[in-house]
Amino acid sequence: MNKIQLIIQREFLTRVKKKTFIIMTIIGPLLMGSIFILPILLANSGDKAVKIEVVDETGVYGKKFPYDSLLQFTVTNRTIDEAKRKFKEEDYFGILLIQQHASTNLPVLTILHGQSQPSMKVMMTVQNTVAGKLEELAGCDPKMLADIKGKLDIKTESIGGEKTNAGVTTGVGYISGIIIYFFIFLYGVQVMTGVIEEKTNRIIEVIISSVKPFQLMMGKIIGISLVGLLQFLLWIILTFGIYFGVSTITSRQKMDRISSESVMKQRMKALQQANGAVVEEDNGSQMAEDITAAIENLPVKLIIGCFLFYFLGGYLLYAALFAAIGSAIDSEADKQQFMFPVSLPLVLSMVVSSSIVLNPNGTTAVFFSLFPLTSPICMMMRLPFGGVPAWQIATSMGLLILGFLAATWLAAKIYRVGILMYGKKVNYREIARWLKY
Amino acid sequence: MNILNIENITKNYAAHTALDDVSMDIPEKSVFGLLGPNGAGKTSLIRIINQITAPDKGRIIFNGQMLEPKHTEMIGYMPEERGLYKKMEVGEQALYLAQLKGLSRQEATKRLKYWFEKFELQSWWKKKVEELSKGMQQKIQFIVTVIHEPKLLIMDEPFSGFDPINAILIRDEMLELKAKGSTIILSTHRMESVEALCTHIALINKSKKILDGSVKDIRKEFKSDTYEIVYEGLSIGFANALWAGYELHDSKEEDGLMKARVKLLNGNTANDLLGSLLPHVKIHSFVEVIPSMEDIFIMKVSEGETKGNGQTIKQ
Repeated sequence: MNKIQLIIQREFLTRVKKKTFIIMTIIGPLLMGSIFILPILLANSGDKAVKIEVVDETGVYGKKFPYDSLLQFTVTNRTIDEAKRKFKEEDYFGILLIQQHASTNLPVLTILHGQSQPSMKVMMTVQNTVAGKLEELAGCDPKMLADIKGKLDIKTESIGGEKTNAGVTTGVGYISGIIIYFFIFLYGVQVMTGVIEEKTNRIIEVIISSVKPFQLMMGKIIGISLVGLLQFLLWIILTFGIYFGVSTITSRQKMDRISSESVMKQRMKALQQANGAVVEEDNGSQMAEDITAAIENLPVKLIIGCFLFYFLGGYLLYAALFAAIGSAIDSEADKQQFMFPVSLPLVLSMVVSSSIVLNPNGTTAVFFSLFPLTSPICMMMRLPFGGVPAWQIATSMGLLILGFLAATWLAAKIYRVGILMYGKKVNYREIARWLKY
Repeated sequence: MNILNIENITKNYAAHTALDDVSMDIPEKSVFGLLGPNGAGKTSLIRIINQITAPDKGRIIFNGQMLEPKHTEMIGYMPEERGLYKKMEVGEQALYLAQLKGLSRQEATKRLKYWFEKFELQSWWKKKVEELSKGMQQKIQFIVTVIHEPKLLIMDEPFSGFDPINAILIRDEMLELKAKGSTIILSTHRMESVEALCTHIALINKSKKILDGSVKDIRKEFKSDTYEIVYEGLSIGFANALWAGYELHDSKEEDGLMKARVKLLNGNTANDLLGSLLPHVKIHSFVEVIPSMEDIFIMKVSEGETKGNGQTIKQ
């Protein structure tokens, strides 16, 4: 068997057999889930009431909106311009604007919001309330109702007037960015500890008398990337397994929890005699449909393709750098001073991500999504918003490949010398000298 | 036939020169001692032979061919800094290292079984290395070094860190390998530890080779024609027996017997010396004083220093 294959095999198998791998595989989805679910739960159970001003130009739907301790819709007689002007002085979360569509007679719903985007709960309440009124008007034909609801699209805009994308777009960007970030850190650091282990166990010289140091380094990097990919795959399977398992069992309770109780009561009242159950289910599937629709609007193929590319490219680039660090240091204690400059661009990508999301095609976003050390995360933040020119994607990918080659070249030079250095306090000048060896 | 021809190897590191124009030939089926103090350049040379690092100048011929990566499978190397993956199972690890040396999995398993039986390690196959005693780890280390039956076995400081029982075990195994046709390079700064084993040696000091050749030739060259004589009798009588053809180096009493060192001069032989002494004293022993490698080394180094450079003597 090819020697590099042997190394990959060993790196892969020894890690996959470890207990920590199995534990991480199980805990991962729970951890990830809680990272994303917790804020939603916290937002929903927030004790501050969300106040929304309703500007109903049709005059039909306004009165139907609920007013309870958590969600307070207030119908005013202002025009939308007045409301916008007064918005800053008053403590409203946002303005719901209801207009009549010129041709279909259906209401056109727009939520103008301040700093934060409306939560799923607000959107659901608005949609359900309007749908409820429509039912009254249209009679209780459930089929027609479903049809109408499908067309009830809620636009969101910030008060400033610029269109924002709803949570899904930002979510996809953030989630893929965060996954790449964690993957690079978790598995890049494993490469580093693997190299340190070989050094401290003093086995390194035994091995490099059989294979080239470069083969050992690449074997380790590839082997560990396979561990990461397997773990990632298992996480996806497990997460979906858990998600679908749990959602089938508890879909009913879950729907109750998600949609506002008052809305449910109101809707139940309105639909009591007729097919309440049917509509209630309809309500659940409607949300799923919304999300699916939102995802379908994204450039899915591009995102998945790019995700895989940046996911692997970013990992390979950083893993090479981490391998170089591992070879240069003698003990865990020296790790910090070299970890810092390598982690810096990664942390920076996360820091600028918020400004990228605000302005996905601005100068900051373009720069950081081209620079190879930050592009894996920053480009993934931009892509879901669309409108990234093809040349930028191509340049970013090309630079990442070049960055990877440069990092591997550099790392190989440092690694070759570093692994044979014992008991020497290493500094940057020393490492720079190794490049010339 | 030489298994290795080392030709004009120079290796510079940023701050210093590790090897300065070093050449030597290592004959097939020899036990070759690469001797010199710490920091002389022994490990640098060994790493070049193992193709871990590349020389700046010079070349190495292995078995008649330019040294290439494929030759690593014919070389077994036990570095001074040695160890094993602590968390890995013994058998799995030995298989891995054997396969890295080019053995197939089946072949490696077969050979490992033989060695594990020989060293009584069978029951440890599934254990992790960290669970093994130091002595057992050393045996495993040796096994993985020789598992591919290398033509050339290189041991850097082979007996350092080994307990005396394992040291003997490993010495015997090395000699057995030599009997089967392997060449062995032993590198050490403790010259006395390998002197008895070596058929050939090279002395390295301060990145230069100062001497090499077969032990026999070197001894002949450096023999001092000095004999140590233990005798019973008067030291004055002993001294009187020696005339101009001999030089008395030292004479002292030890356990009621006298011990003296005498150097032959003017082409006198040991027989002449014995003949002169016999009528005067009762001789208990008569031994030629053979210079140890360390003596030779010191001699060469001081000689080199007085000359102001490390001139080498070709054998």
